[in-house]
Amino acid sequence: MSKNRKKNKKIILFVCFVFFIASGFLSIVQGAVYISLKQIFHLLLYEREGTLHQILWNVRIARTVVAGLVGMCLAVSGVILQGIMGNPLASPNLIGVSSGGGFMACMIMVFFPEQHYLIPAGAFIGALTTTLVIYFLAWRQGIEPTRLILAGIAVSSFLNAGIHACTVFYPEKMIGAIGFTVGGLAARSWPDFWMIAPYGFLSILITLLLPQKLNILSLGDEVAIGLGMNVEKIRFLFIVLSSFLAASAVSVAGLLGFVGLLVPHISRIFFGSDYRYVLPSCILLGGGIVMLCDTMARCLFSPIEIPVGIIMALLGSPFFLYLLRQQRKG
Amino acid sequence: MLSCHHLSMNYGSKQVLDNLHLDISKGEIVSLVGSNGCGKSTLFKILGRYLFPTQGRVELEGKNIFRMKFKEVAKKIGLLPQVRREFMDISVETLVSYGRYPYLGFSQRLTKEDKGFIQWALDATDLYQKKDQLLSTLSGGERQRAWLAMALAQQTEILLLDEPTTFLDISYQLDFLDLIYKMNQERGLTVFMILHDINQAIQYSHRLLAMKEGTIYIDSDTKKIPMEKLLQDVFGISGTTFYHGDTQKPYWIPKNKI
Repeated sequence: MSKNRKKNKKIILFVCFVFFIASGFLSIVQGAVYISLKQIFHLLLYEREGTLHQILWNVRIARTVVAGLVGMCLAVSGVILQGIMGNPLASPNLIGVSSGGGFMACMIMVFFPEQHYLIPAGAFIGALTTTLVIYFLAWRQGIEPTRLILAGIAVSSFLNAGIHACTVFYPEKMIGAIGFTVGGLAARSWPDFWMIAPYGFLSILITLLLPQKLNILSLGDEVAIGLGMNVEKIRFLFIVLSSFLAASAVSVAGLLGFVGLLVPHISRIFFGSDYRYVLPSCILLGGGIVMLCDTMARCLFSPIEIPVGIIMALLGSPFFLYLLRQQRKG
Repeated sequence: MLSCHHLSMNYGSKQVLDNLHLDISKGEIVSLVGSNGCGKSTLFKILGRYLFPTQGRVELEGKNIFRMKFKEVAKKIGLLPQVRREFMDISVETLVSYGRYPYLGFSQRLTKEDKGFIQWALDATDLYQKKDQLLSTLSGGERQRAWLAMALAQQTEILLLDEPTTFLDISYQLDFLDLIYKMNQERGLTVFMILHDINQAIQYSHRLLAMKEGTIYIDSDTKKIPMEKLLQDVFGISGTTFYHGDTQKPYWIPKNKI
């Protein structure tokens, strides 16, 4: 039976992998211009010039890769936070990544509108700084998850007030902000990818090495200390990892936090609470779901492109509720 | 083996532990009783390194446990706290395997030796047949045994238990304490536990400690407990004490609150 369950888990993991690859291909094939798989290979290998190659390489593939990476980062960030806080509602929004990134992006839009290319980098810095501020505000002889969550909510509300104030005072400069606040991937390309790839991939790689630590930490502090874990140190490491991940994602995709909440729960429905399976499946599902939703965002109402965050929420929420009901029955 | 010296703990201006001394010898079962709020849980949390005392030291074989590496302590002291996050969607075997955490190398993989200890712990707690079941499918008593199996897989010389029987019915309570006693007899496991039931504490341990106002008020061989002092001074109740014919140990039935 144990062999069976292990085998089942591996099969589900493989299905996740297939989903990931399929979403990726779909995202590359579909768009304003349909490019068939055959053409793709031709364009990549032989015809390395011309408009179609440009579209394929710098628009389609680049954006797909960014979408995939953003999804992975958010999902892993969310799963880490839920694990270490022992709170199923924990998501990257909670440690101030979204509000911090959003606030900095706003500031740049309002005060340095000519330097709009600084937005991703600014959002990244804003997100990380806010996380650290929240962490130290919540510190009192150690970090207690509840206090961290409350401090996060307070700081986020404060910064969100700033964002909304900007919208009131400078409505004309904040027009571009909608894409950012609901989360969108319009016009994302290789420079965005290279900006977040080092942080994103490195953090994912480190996290993948530590699923057992996440398992132990999620049993609660007393048990984890009893099992010989330096809880404060490991928790800090995980918070840093998850804020790097979320900050990377937020800086190019805006406030797409829902992935971070949804994907870990879907993984848990399939795999239980064992992070040795949950982590890899989050990476595959997170990447796959964002690539798939971004394809829909581009194609469903073409030529109008809707922000991917809207698609995520519209499709993701009902699907998630359906899974929750299934789980209760089963 | 495990000892506390001049242990004090303040929460703000409230003194919870007051210059407490404690010494647990190898191979004995020591139970701690006391009324609510006397500081016994705080003491447990300090022994479990979850709280850092305001003053004083905790020593394991003469070494300060707060200066030792976390994993080194975890190879000597296993513990089962009351507060823990219960995940129902992992299998019994997975939970028990977490007990090997202090021994894992960089790759975090279980060795053959680790697997041997996991199997032994499952056997000892009579859970081998259920090892693939999810925790959610177990009864409360079995679940508690699964957590104990995790602590046993840790292969420590000392086991600390904080009210391990509180949420179990009487049959599971005795089942659990029998198991602890067996581990003590067969493997020389040193046990320190907080219990609520004074009769059970007396019956299953070699030594009984009673805490009052942040310090150890009674420290006695379980055959020679000053029962009146224990009931009146520590708990503020009166009761009738009898002596068991075989074990020579006292047991009591409650009369009234003083």
